[in-house]
Amino acid sequence: MAEAKVAPRPLSPHLQVYRWSWTMAMSVAHRISGMALYGGIALFAIWLVSLAAGPTAFDRVQWFFGSPLGILILFGYTWILMHHMLGGVRHLVWDFGHGMEPAQRINMARFTLVGSVILTVLIWVVAFVAF
Amino acid sequence: MAQFTLPKNSKYTEGKSWPKPAGATNLQEFRIYRWNPDDGANPRIDTYYVDRDDCGPMVLDALIWIKNNVDSTLVFRRSCREGICGSCAMNIMGGNTLACTLGIDDCDGGAIKIYPLPHMPVLKDLVPDLTSFFAQHASIEPWLHTQTAEPETEWRQTPEERQQLDGLYECILCACCTTSCPSYWWNGDRFLGPAALLQAYRWLIDSRDESTGERLDNLHDPFRLYRCHTIMNCANTCPKGLNPAKAIAEIKKMMIARVV
Repeated sequence: MAEAKVAPRPLSPHLQVYRWSWTMAMSVAHRISGMALYGGIALFAIWLVSLAAGPTAFDRVQWFFGSPLGILILFGYTWILMHHMLGGVRHLVWDFGHGMEPAQRINMARFTLVGSVILTVLIWVVAFVAF
Repeated sequence: MAQFTLPKNSKYTEGKSWPKPAGATNLQEFRIYRWNPDDGANPRIDTYYVDRDDCGPMVLDALIWIKNNVDSTLVFRRSCREGICGSCAMNIMGGNTLACTLGIDDCDGGAIKIYPLPHMPVLKDLVPDLTSFFAQHASIEPWLHTQTAEPETEWRQTPEERQQLDGLYECILCACCTTSCPSYWWNGDRFLGPAALLQAYRWLIDSRDESTGERLDNLHDPFRLYRCHTIMNCANTCPKGLNPAKAIAEIKKMMIARVV
């Protein structure tokens, strides 16, 4: 008897069609911010290494971090750090089984975004006022 | 590494636009995923128009109307038409739900887009292959395990113990949650997924069950349980309003509780 020919089954669409929710978006953002923090810690390492390397190198790095582009990068780093921190706290709360009801989980995900922006602006306002 | 795009044979194209029903004034457009294993072609999105004045209120009514009046080759699963069998689970307007409990009026304006449950092998049109989904459910041994001698009558529970099962026993295994989960999309061969884990918790928390330790041992694995990253798509999408994410969090707590 001839074998029945079956075409290789297609995979149904997933990311292409799935509707984004706050919890899904903030989960992805947590991953991306986590990876971006590798770059952020590299900035910090460059700063420390230049400090060890001597005044010339340090001045050069200080100049860059003080330039508009440098400030923009540091501002972004601050935001990513705050976002990842609040995301971590959110996941910690969820791992205790709290805040998982419908309105709570959406609001907590929203708060990660709103809270991180507020914290970042606050840090920079304080930084500019104090220094 | 997860593949975020569709494989070559799974990319879908614009399909056929079926004629509008003659004389109908109240039309609703549907855009539906089609794939036929016999023609060797890639999946396509067909466009249908349903006469709302001749059709019931639910999305499933519209699918049946299309099958009866426009295109008898359209394939989908359905049975109870009241949200208890879980057969007509599909991706409608970007979310997984039951076609029979979603009103056409509750879909926000424009064409209603319908796809099979996400990231599953397609058997035909809107019918996914759920073999591994059910095998994963079987792997958590969803029945009562006991060692003590059987009682003369029922295994007794207090009302409080019985209440522990509320929000768990209602699961109809429609697979909406599991196929909404990005972790399951990328690791569905090893991660059990929200539905199987909710069922696992249903037996872990059952006061009559005497295999709690073995059940936890079975789940103590970086993939089976711990691929859950609380993305919460499962809880957001469950057509029965259950919370698999919370059940999984409770399992993780039980894991910790037994070692501290």
